[in-house]
Amino acid sequence: MAEHGLHAVTALGGAAPRMAEIGPISITERFDVALGSVATRRGRAADVVRGASDAGLPLPPPGKAEFGGQWSAFWVAPEMWFVEAPFASHEDIAAHLRTIFGDAASVTEQTDAWVRFDLSAPDLHPLFARLCNVDLPVAPVGFATRTVIDHLGCYLIKRAADQVTLYGPRSSAQSLWHAIDVAARSVI
Amino acid sequence: MTQSHRIAGGQIDRSTTLRFSFDGQSFAAHPGDTLASALLANGVRLMGRSFKYHRPRGPLSAGSEEPNALVELRTGARREPNTRATVVEVFDGLQASSQNRWPSLRFDAMAINDRLNSFFTAGFYYKTFMWPASFWEKVYEPIIRRAAGLGSLSREEDPDEYDKGFLHCDLLIIGAGPAGLMAALTAGRAGVRVILADEDFRMGGRLNAETHAVGDQTAASWAAAAVAELASLPNVRLMPRTTVLGPMDHGIYSAVERVSDHLPEPLPGKPRQTLWRIYSARAILAGGATERPIAFENNDRPGIMLAGAMRAYANRWGAKAGDRIAVFTNNDDGLRTAVDMASKGVDVVAVIDSREGGDLLPGIRHLRGAVVTDTAGRLGLTGITLRQANGRAETLQVDALAVSGGWNPNVNITSHHRSKPRWDEGLLAFVPGEGGPSGLSVAGAAAGVMSTQGALHTGQAQALAVLESLGRLTKPADLPQAEDAPVRISPLWHVAGGKGRAWIDQQNDVTVKDVVLAHQENFTSVEHLKRYTTLGMATDQGKTGNVLGIAVMAGLTGQTIPETGTTIYRPPYTPVAMGALAGRSRGPEFKPVRLTPSHLWAKEQGAVFVEVGNWLRTQWLPKPGETTWRQSVDREVLATRRSVGICDVTTLGKIDIQGTDAGAFLDRVYANTFSTLPVGKCRYGLMLREDGMVMDDGTTARLGPHEYVMTTTTANAVPVFRHLEYVRQCLFPDMDVQLISTTEAWAQYSVAGPNARKLLEKLVDQDISDAAFPYMAAGHITVCGGLRARLFRISFSGELAYEIAVPTRYGDALIRRLMQEGAAFDAVVYGTEALGVMRVEKGHVAGNELNGQSTALNMGLGKMVSRKKDSIGMVLSQRDGMTEPDGYRLVGVKPVDPARAISAGSHFLEIGAAPVAANDGGWLTSVVYSPHLNSQIALGYLKAGDQKIGRRMRAVNLLTKVDTEVEIVSPHFLDPMGERLRG
Amino acid sequence: MIINHPILGPRDAQEFVYLGDASLMNRPDTMTAGIEAFHDWLYTRDNPAGLHRELWYHEQGDRSWLVVTRNTLTHEITQVELARDVALALRRSK
Repeated sequence: MAEHGLHAVTALGGAAPRMAEIGPISITERFDVALGSVATRRGRAADVVRGASDAGLPLPPPGKAEFGGQWSAFWVAPEMWFVEAPFASHEDIAAHLRTIFGDAASVTEQTDAWVRFDLSAPDLHPLFARLCNVDLPVAPVGFATRTVIDHLGCYLIKRAADQVTLYGPRSSAQSLWHAIDVAARSVI
Repeated sequence: MTQSHRIAGGQIDRSTTLRFSFDGQSFAAHPGDTLASALLANGVRLMGRSFKYHRPRGPLSAGSEEPNALVELRTGARREPNTRATVVEVFDGLQASSQNRWPSLRFDAMAINDRLNSFFTAGFYYKTFMWPASFWEKVYEPIIRRAAGLGSLSREEDPDEYDKGFLHCDLLIIGAGPAGLMAALTAGRAGVRVILADEDFRMGGRLNAETHAVGDQTAASWAAAAVAELASLPNVRLMPRTTVLGPMDHGIYSAVERVSDHLPEPLPGKPRQTLWRIYSARAILAGGATERPIAFENNDRPGIMLAGAMRAYANRWGAKAGDRIAVFTNNDDGLRTAVDMASKGVDVVAVIDSREGGDLLPGIRHLRGAVVTDTAGRLGLTGITLRQANGRAETLQVDALAVSGGWNPNVNITSHHRSKPRWDEGLLAFVPGEGGPSGLSVAGAAAGVMSTQGALHTGQAQALAVLESLGRLTKPADLPQAEDAPVRISPLWHVAGGKGRAWIDQQNDVTVKDVVLAHQENFTSVEHLKRYTTLGMATDQGKTGNVLGIAVMAGLTGQTIPETGTTIYRPPYTPVAMGALAGRSRGPEFKPVRLTPSHLWAKEQGAVFVEVGNWLRTQWLPKPGETTWRQSVDREVLATRRSVGICDVTTLGKIDIQGTDAGAFLDRVYANTFSTLPVGKCRYGLMLREDGMVMDDGTTARLGPHEYVMTTTTANAVPVFRHLEYVRQCLFPDMDVQLISTTEAWAQYSVAGPNARKLLEKLVDQDISDAAFPYMAAGHITVCGGLRARLFRISFSGELAYEIAVPTRYGDALIRRLMQEGAAFDAVVYGTEALGVMRVEKGHVAGNELNGQSTALNMGLGKMVSRKKDSIGMVLSQRDGMTEPDGYRLVGVKPVDPARAISAGSHFLEIGAAPVAANDGGWLTSVVYSPHLNSQIALGYLKAGDQKIGRRMRAVNLLTKVDTEVEIVSPHFLDPMGERLRG
Repeated sequence: MIINHPILGPRDAQEFVYLGDASLMNRPDTMTAGIEAFHDWLYTRDNPAGLHRELWYHEQGDRSWLVVTRNTLTHEITQVELARDVALALRRSK
């Protein structure tokens, strides 16, 4: 508990993240990841690359995510990435990122703009065939894209053959959870 | 009733007996039966009544082209009308009933229409129900709807779910007959990703319906073996019960999978149907062909069916259509039915072959040069009259007649992108034309290759061509031997000479007479023929009838069939349930819901919510004892202006704008200037569209030298972000600007009222005195001993007000803390209604005024448009019609008698002026009740309104019957000098 | 439709928002061009039955604006460019 004594609630409105097992599919709300955006300022690409490299922060190419110890990142737009770090140590992630990039990049806190769900199952393809147009079986591990699930713009990251992370708009966390839940029940 | 017409053989599982009912009567069936095959096996031929004449009808076909045997399935909320009995799988307990009849299928009172048929010919409605116009809606339409029609809806909510999904493949194969199976084997063995979709529940197509061999197996066994091999390949997805509805663009196909239609109800959690969006690199249409009838008098009686259908019922389903049958054909394929039925022990009384000369079938009475001229039997066929080659008429007692007029390749999907089918004189049929959907090739009968051998060959060849285009060409396997008979057919469309009606389009009851009438009235083009007679406009899209109609018209005009032309087909290939198109997006799940950070708390307090876009916002928050919404809203307004009120404003769009050119960028997108805004300050911004109209407004704060945060209206958050990206990428690509939405990242509350600062001082860690944090200040702060937050001293309500933002996960805690600390000030939470009251009292514009047709000048904000810099909309805001001094201006309005009502949408009229458009002076945009002024007040756009302050006019709404004398006043009803918000 | 995104490859057109004629990018100079020139630019458009260069926004993707050359009769797409690249080239040519 932080000094300020304000209790945090998860995107689904709980004190603790929600988990569900539906057949072989498990869905886990993640509440322990800080998220920030990093966008290269004009003419500062080299500085951004240097800063990232010094900090051990990956800056993957378009359509990709890279996973590291402290920092992970995925590409979201030309010259823009979303960067993940442990919430406990990096709650004020923007401050950390500004230290790394200085004025070479525009940095914005994104942690609570999104709800994160981690999905895992031996075969996630039938589930995702009901959710979005991403061709999951041919997507390599480390594939990252934006897609639409139940009208909601989401980021999808394939972390492993049997593991996918979704970031959806936080205010619609309940709707997104429901969409995943009914799709999972429909395919098991 | 026993299965009196069940015969040996077929692909039904006789080890299991299913019970089903039709019109309340119970019957037996076996797994593998369709409703039509099971009814035929039970000796039931009468399955429906026709659309217009209520003629008794039985199945014409054995597939999805069926025009006649339309039935209602199930009962209660699951009742489904207009299903084709020919494709419905029987399950144990299935309840089916006939439709479009009253009181019963055997005795239908509306069959009087059949006697009155001369009144009901083509164009009848157009000619008869022309006038009086007022009769159409109240008299004619209800009568027509009752008399002519299909089944009826349950009018209950569909209890089942429908899914949507997305599939990807290298090759989509549409149809699993010999061509489709061979194509799938060829591509599947080569390792590419294949989807094989077929509307039937059993793959194999005509192979299941014929008796000839493929290689050393029966056709059906070869098909079963092919399906088994395909099922074993991990790169092949078999999709039976799946109809490809049509091609979208660039290899996308739409398909509906009937996941649970063959079950009494879906299994828990499972959908009834799934609508698939299939992304394919290439596609092969192997959709086969559809047989067509011949038009002759009374050719629509139950018991008369297509020849291919009759032998399909016998060969695949072990159901004979009758005990004594005849065959009427103009081609060799029809002869197969006679041979197959005879081999099943059915008495084949005669084959009436319209062709002169040629070989005769051995052991069967085969009449050459003969035609069927009429039939008998009210509820089912009892006999036919034929005319032999020598002109002699003869009557035969038969209970079933097989008719073959030739086969039409199923070109439907090739023509969905407007490619015109081409006439093939050898086949006497339309075949796929040039320019079909890109990436689609055609194999087998759909391409006009009518033999089994030809289907196998073209299926393989087209698959090889696809493999080559994908760079995956492999050595083809040897093809099995199969029948390779040529098509031998002579044209016969219509047996002329009789006086009675000869049906062309059985579903829409279009006869040869109707085509003749269309010709007489000069509706000779195929497009006119279709619309005048409704030929091909039923749910079957004229799959069996169209070519017949075109050929009859060609005969009348003396043109050839290619000169006459053809209409084309449209998606969907077969009718699709609205539920499948809606998917899960219905009822409360029609669209996603967005919840505010204070939602949990507000719900606990019993808040009334309102949908604002997808957001649920607190509309008002009733207290015990309050019985009307006005009591709650008035209290919230008064308490806020008296002490302090809190409102969740998270829904407003927030966009982070950074970069060394961020200020210059904002100068372009806002009509007023932002590059000069000091760090730590905010400013109201007015955003124009390029046409000079106001697009959006909001407050933008400068948090650092190269960092701004823009606020948009709730409704425009997404469009404004899109617009900013457009301006950044397309108009000013040199600028160093980075954009990201932060709407949901921050929980933001407005804290407004004379005690707003006192309340916030209990939470904020920094000095926020007027000197330290003056009006329009903005900045990073911390709250409650260290939580990072943002504070903006801005006001929509006109009070001393702040907006405070914390990371969203703390938004719930913050509202609770604010209310806890606010107790000392009698703090209230106010909803969108109170917000609306307070902003109207202050004359602030919102959605009703930002209507996309209003300029800055209209809103009284003309001075905000800087002429000294380039900004979107600046130039065209000066054009003619936008700057007239007597144009609309925002005014305040109050009724002269405070007790009188006014309503939004009312128009301004001078006292005594008639309520006509010429006297229209403008309109009231927003109306609220002000508890401070104890009357309704309004904002409105009034012509030359700024020159009419103090005038009396009328607010007139002819719809709500309001005509109230009003006074035109300044839009700033309260605190016009703004002393409160600077307090 | 499928739009072959220059960075992301083939993407479903459902992810995009359509704006209109790409000539919109050729915006006149505000300070010199005058009302007539702006009016012509904003309102006077060709409506070709054939190739059309048009602006699409990858809203449910990477937020790139694209210039898509599409045959309005067949929906065949013959070229897709990043609007920013096109805009920069336009700037340089001025």
